Parts: sequence; C-alpha cells; structure tokens
Amino acid sequence: MPNTLEVSGLKTHFLMRAGVAKAVDGVDFSIAKGEVMGLVGESGSGKSITGFSIIGLIDPPGRIVEGSIKFQGEELVGAPEERLRNLRGNRIAMIFQDPMMTLNPVLRVDTQMIEALKAHQNIGKKEAWTKARDTLGMVGIPAPDERMRAYPHQLSGGMRQRVAIAIAFLNEPDLIIADEPTTALDVTIQGQIIHEAQNLCRRTGASLIWITHDLAVVAGIADHISVMYAGKIVEQGNIDDVIDRPAHPYTVGLLGSVPSANNRGQRLYQIAGMTPNILALPKGCSFKERCDRRTKTCEVSPEAVERNHRTFRCHHPYFEEVEV
Amino acid sequence: MTEVVQQDLASERQVQTIDSETPFKRFVSEFFDSKTASVALFILLSIIILAVIAPWITPQDPYDLAQVDVLDGRQPPGAEAFSGYTMWLGSDGAGRDLYSGILYGLRISLSVGVMSGFIALLIGMAVGLLAAYAGGRAENVIMRVVDLQLSFPAALVALMLIAILGKGVDKIILALVVAQWAYYARTVRASALVERNKEYVEAAACLGISHARIIFRHIMPNCLAPLIVVGTVQTAHAISLEATLSFLGVGMPQTSPSLGVLIANGFEYMLSGRYWISVFPGIALLVTVVSINLVGDHLRDVLNPRISTGGGKAK
Amino acid sequence: MSAPLLEIRNVSKRFVKKLDVAGKIAARLGANISEETVHAVDNVSMTINKGEVVGLVGESGCGKSTLGRVVAGIHNPTDGQVFFEGQDISALEGVRKREVTLAVQMIFQDPFASLNQRMRVEDIIGEAPVYHGLTTRSEKSDYVDEIMEKVGLDPSLKKRYPHQFSGGQRQRIGIARALAVKPRFLVCDEAIAALDVSIQAQVINLFMDLREEFDLTYLFISHDLSVVEHIADRVLIMYLGRVVESGITEEIFDRPVHPYTSALLAEAPRLDQRKREFAPIKGEIPSPLEPPSGCHFHPRCPHAIGDCSRQAPALEVVRRNHIAACHLRERFG
Repeated sequence: MPNTLEVSGLKTHFLMRAGVAKAVDGVDFSIAKGEVMGLVGESGSGKSITGFSIIGLIDPPGRIVEGSIKFQGEELVGAPEERLRNLRGNRIAMIFQDPMMTLNPVLRVDTQMIEALKAHQNIGKKEAWTKARDTLGMVGIPAPDERMRAYPHQLSGGMRQRVAIAIAFLNEPDLIIADEPTTALDVTIQGQIIHEAQNLCRRTGASLIWITHDLAVVAGIADHISVMYAGKIVEQGNIDDVIDRPAHPYTVGLLGSVPSANNRGQRLYQIAGMTPNILALPKGCSFKERCDRRTKTCEVSPEAVERNHRTFRCHHPYFEEVEV
Repeated sequence: MTEVVQQDLASERQVQTIDSETPFKRFVSEFFDSKTASVALFILLSIIILAVIAPWITPQDPYDLAQVDVLDGRQPPGAEAFSGYTMWLGSDGAGRDLYSGILYGLRISLSVGVMSGFIALLIGMAVGLLAAYAGGRAENVIMRVVDLQLSFPAALVALMLIAILGKGVDKIILALVVAQWAYYARTVRASALVERNKEYVEAAACLGISHARIIFRHIMPNCLAPLIVVGTVQTAHAISLEATLSFLGVGMPQTSPSLGVLIANGFEYMLSGRYWISVFPGIALLVTVVSINLVGDHLRDVLNPRISTGGGKAK
Repeated sequence: MSAPLLEIRNVSKRFVKKLDVAGKIAARLGANISEETVHAVDNVSMTINKGEVVGLVGESGCGKSTLGRVVAGIHNPTDGQVFFEGQDISALEGVRKREVTLAVQMIFQDPFASLNQRMRVEDIIGEAPVYHGLTTRSEKSDYVDEIMEKVGLDPSLKKRYPHQFSGGQRQRIGIARALAVKPRFLVCDEAIAALDVSIQAQVINLFMDLREEFDLTYLFISHDLSVVEHIADRVLIMYLGRVVESGITEEIFDRPVHPYTSALLAEAPRLDQRKREFAPIKGEIPSPLEPPSGCHFHPRCPHAIGDCSRQAPALEVVRRNHIAACHLRERFG
C-alpha cells in the first residue's frame, strides 16, 4: 500500500515585483497511514505554503514550479482543478489558524456542515444532519443539538475552531493538514483541541500534518518531525531522535532557546541574527550567516544526507556531540 | 485562501523590506502600477500647468473688458477674430475667445476647489480629531452636528448660504467649506478612533507626553492617508459644486467667468446649433473632475493597506 | 523596612459600556438590553519589591493586561490605590508626578502597533527624553545612539522607519523607547508573544541583561508558563479578574495548590513529554460579562464542592511565600 502522502522535490515560488520568492524550495517528505508529522518553522520558513501546495490552493503570483505530490499514489501536481476540488474537504482536509477561513459567517453551522457532507457524499438531508451533529459531539462540543443552529459569531474562538475541525473530519478524510490550529487559543483550550484531534485521527486512521512554530506542541503529538528553514527542510526524522539528538545547528538552536525548568534564571541559548529574507537568500547554506559552525564548505548548499534514521542538510552536523 | 498566503508572504515581506525602499518610494512605484491612474495624473498635471500659465499662452484676457469685442461673439471654432488671432474653439455670446475663457475659467475653478477643500480639510481634521480624542459627550455633540450637516445635500447648503451671504469669490469659498467640512470630520474621526486605541498611543501616554502633542504628533500623521483620498475626491466635488452654483447664476460673476458661467452662457445657444459655447467648457470640466477622481480612487487603493496588493503582484 | 517599590491595594477596574440614546429608548420599550459592566480586574492586591521580577499569568479575559495598564498608569483604577515607593500615585502632583510617570514604563505585545510608523526610530526613542529635558535637542542624537547600542540595535539605522525592521528589532525599539526615560520599573505585556521562537530567546536574554545593568524591576505579563518560569522570581496566577494563587516561582511550579494552576501546568506542552495524552479540563473560559457565582473556576473545576458556587474563597496562606484562593486548599496543599 502506498504512503498516504509523498512529496518530493516540491518547489513553490512567488513571482513578485521585488524578485522570485522561493517560499518552498525543494521539500521532500512522506507520511504513512495514521502517522502524525509535525512541520515546524518560523515565520517565512514556507511551512504554511507547503500545506497550501498540497491541497492545491496556491494562487498567482505563486506557482508550483517543480516537484511531485503523490496522494495515495495519485499525482496531484498538474491534476485538473475538478479533481482537486473533489479531493479537498473529502479525502484531504485543512484546518486553519483562523477558523473563519473555513466558516461562512452568514450561514448557520448546520447548513454549512450538511452542505459539506452533501458535496461529497450521496446522503439524505436527515442522515446528514444526524452525522453532522454526531461529529460536533465527537469534537467535544457540549449540547451539539443547540450548537447546530448557531451562527459562527455566536460561538467563542475555541468553539469555532472545534466546529472547523468537525467540518474537516466530516467526510473522514485520509489526510488532515492543520496550519497553526491552536496558536490563537488559550493553553487550556489548546489542550482540548489537541486532545480531540489526536482522538479523531486515532479513531479514523487519518494522517495528520501539524504545522506550527511551537516545538513543545509537536513534541507532544507527532511521530515524525520536519524542521523547515528558508524554504527547505533542514532536518527530519523520528521525534525522539530529532529532539533528543538534533543534528542541524538550527534545530539545536531552536531547542536551546525554549525556556524550561532546567535552565530557570539562566541565559537562554540564542540564535544570532534574524529570520532570513527569502527574496535574497545567501548563497550556499541559507543558515550559514547565523551559524557558529560555518566554514568555507558552507558556501556550497548542503544536500540532504540520511544517517542514523534521519535526514538533514548540513555539512557540520552535531551528531552525538551535544546532549540537550 | 489567497488571503492567508498573502499574510504569510506579508510576514515574509517584513523581512524583505529591511534594506529597501522608503515608504514614499514604494508608494510612488505602486501608484504608477496602474496605467489609468498614471494617465489621469498626467492629464490632471497638464490641466493645472495650462491653467497656471494661461496668461502667457492665450491670445486674450477674458477678464479685461477692453480686449473683449462683442462683434467677435458667437463665432464658430476656427474663426478669425477682429484683432487677428484664430479662435480655435470659437467664442461665446459676449465675444470672449473660448480657448482663453476655458483656461482662465479653469484657474478659477481649480483655485476655488483647492482653497475650499484645503480650508474644509483643516477645520474637519481639527474637529474630527477633537471628537475622537475627547470621546464622551463632546464627541456625541460634535458628531450629531456632523450627521445633521451631512443629511442636507451639499448643493442645497451652498445655495442657501449664497442666498444669505451674497455673491463673490470669498462667499463661494465659504459656502463650499461649510458644505464640505463634515465629510473630513467624519473621515478623520473614524481613523483617529482606530489609531487612538493602538499601543503606540498608550506608549506615548506612558511617557508622559501631553495630550496636544499626542493628538498632533502621533495620531494626526497616521490619519492623513484616508484624508488625502477624501481630499482629492472632495476637491473634485467642490469644483463641480462651484460649477453648479455658477451655472445657476449664483456663483461667479459674469465679469470673471468660471467654467460653470461659461457653460451657463452657452446654454441658451445650444438649440440654435452653437454647441461649442457650452460643450467645450463642459468637456474641460468633465476631464478635470474625472481625472481628479481617478487619481483619488487609485490613491485609496494604494494607501489602504488592506486593499493594497503590496509587492505581491505578478510581473 | 522600606516601602516596596510598587504596591497595589484592592484595585478593581470595571469597564462600563453605556447605552446610547437609541439603546436607552429601546430599553425603556422593554428590549432586553442594559448597560454592560466588565469586571476586568476584581479586587487585586500585590506588592513588588525593588529588583524583583514578578510574573503575571492567565488566559485571555483574565484581566492581566488591564492590571498591567493600571500599574503603568495608562488606566486609572475604578477602586483601590496604586503606591509607588509608598506614595499613592493619584495624590502626586508636579515634578514628583512626572518622575513616577516616567519611572514606570511599559513594553507592549504588538511590535507593529506599538510603534508610530510615521516617525523615524530616532524620534520614537528620542521624543520623550527631549520633551522632559533629560537631554537636549542637540545632544539627542548621541543620547539615542547610546540607548540603541544598549538594546542591541545598530545606531546607524536610526534614520529609518519602523516598517524597515523585523519583528524582533521592532521590539528592541520599543524597549529602547522605554529605557530612554530611565525607568525603574518595566511592565512587559506579552512582550515576546508575537515573536519567532529564536527571536524570543534573544529578547528574554536582553530583558535579563538590562535588569542587571539598570537595576530594573519587572512585572512580566504572559500566557506562556515556561517563559514566566524561566524569568520570574514570583508568580501571580489570574483567572477572570481575580488572583487565584501567588507565590515564589518554585512553589507555584513545583507544588501548585489551586486546581486552575494545576490544570494550566498540566496542559502546557513541554519538550520532554512525547506522544502524550492531553487530558484537558473541561469547558470554556466564561465571559467576564457574566462571571460564575462564588469561585469563578467552579464550573470547570473537577473538585468543586457545594461551597464553591456559593462563596468566593479568599486568598490565604498555604505555606511560607505561597497563597491561594481555594476552599479546598488544605486538601491540595
């Protein structure tokens, strides 16, 4: 059986007045059935654009210029819009940071959910209503019968995000792409949302891509992790391997800069400099200007190397030298 | 969906701008992205220049009664005047060369429009800022007055005022100011309300900076963008309002004709086939107002960060 | 013993949304609308000693930002008093009033909205010191250079506008603006929440360096427990306008008493917890317009007993350096 998703050599560029923004520049990864992958990166790393590329929602000036995205063995790059529309919301669903990206403010929750069901399934209205209500209950919404009749603005932020998640899960998709779904939420609500998403994936066997800047969240839910920097995945592998024994200096820096109980009151490790300008990336390794291990070899862009169950792009990895 | 991608790119752009252009340069390059607006601006600038240098490029001073010969009246375009020059656009009933008349008329129309627009802007801005910053009862009273003012058509307000005050350039400017200040006040208040709640205003308060300084140094400059847009559109409005008043015979006097007066003068000849007396000043007015509006429209697009396409435009 | 640097006593802040004329008429005609009052901060007291870093933690709507603004003098409290070095700040006048105003500065969350984008960096930082006579117009340039260096900004960039800087640099400009008036107390309201992870660490380190160099005292407001745990000496936990627990950092993080604090700590994702089960506390944060009766947390609390819905628990001592407001504190303590 093929992997749920296989992305290889994906390049999504934006042709702007100021130049070509290589938002995604050669990304490879694959996700097996039922697997959770954390896609981690800072603003401008291209992590969201990667998600949008997979569901085919890149609008001009953006364009997928190269690469392949295979969903259950089917090539999505260059597939007709008709086919993509059929997959979206049906086999592949997306959850956004702002639930109002999914929800229509002038329609009631039940209308939207029934519509989403009927768009992809041959299902009676009554049956659809029942299924919609049950899904709302599944994502932990109390009194789902009442909420069905609500308009989005009558719900709190956490509730809206739950409804958006319920809509994403309605057609029991095989792949869910969650783009910073809990970033705008409070800690206790974030815990609830992660809990529901985890449960649903486990129950339906869906694969999940969790896009976020928060390493701690990824550590809590993911099987695999991909760390993006300036349009490339600089390190990916099993969650324990990458977090306990990071290879790439960027991953090491990110992990070191998270405050924790162990370093109370001490100075945090800090990565020097700023997040890079994707319109004017340096030649060679794009991290080299912020890296304290750079040498002359870094003038050449590092290829992805596979070693010790993981892939990374670095000439001078930290292998087994540093314990975090 | 596009929006999210744009947002993501916006955050990417924030880094990109670091070593690049000043806000003004970016504004200029974005403005000239639109061909329509560039052409409109070119036409508008040409009109202004023509109006300014009118005395040097016209064969006749239509205000100088000694130069106007009644015997030259109602000549078709291209006819030769008694004093020897060619009247390319014909002449009106009083014998004024229309080409000269239109350029001189533009001078009056433009200066009346710009002056009244500018004064109304100053008054409206002060009132709007005050209302937004003071809040409470003062704001309520001021904004109800603004609402009341806006519920009357501007032309009606101006007409009533002229009826009370009498004729004259100063009176017309005053009438136009009264008819228009409320638009500015409302615009400024709306954006000042948004600005007032931003953190940089709180920071200024925290730094012990006086209210007056916060209003004029901090809030006001951030409210200027929408004001410039309203300003251009209202200036166009003022020009047509002045033309309306003059057309109705309560505006500029016959001795110093604005475009409206010229159109009114030609109106009685329309049916007798002497179309040019009304039509040429009419076209001049139309072109002026339309080009100001086009420029204003595009200014709004460029200055409004939400509509603005930023750098994300396809090549 | 000398007075604490800052003390607030029984401070409450209420926001009333008054009805307009149409609303009043509608209410008279029997429409179901009335004036809405938000108890943003409800009877909070705390003291902050010189040199301390106090963390103020809570979720949205808990009133932590409002409390910060009361401390910074942006909002006046509806009830209660704020003391600076033992003096009630509402009673101050003249030079002393200005001194206290400048002594307490605030660092804001949004690195975009907190800077006036029409002003050059030089003017953003230099405006207040010139205005208050801390420097002169002719020496402003050098004055600004010095402060920019202190916060890690290149002084040669001072002629630029805020939009030409990245988020982290903008936050440094905000810090420089506050430092320019030689404050002694900084209120940081979610000052790093909007920054990228790698930049957050830089700014946290900067705060700690500045604390040492300028002998600063901080009120550090954040929703992020790990950051507060890292930087604070003492912590206050707020829920719906009230302080539910407070104490020195080790106490709160290692031996929390209030069920809300425990829940927050349990929910916060941590790097060392893999593939974990999130076992969230139920329910939503109630609207501050209609807070629940008694203990505000009782509808979500897994341990609630009858008393919890009837009577609001007072803050009482659990241990040395540790107070909590919970009827069951003895069971958890």
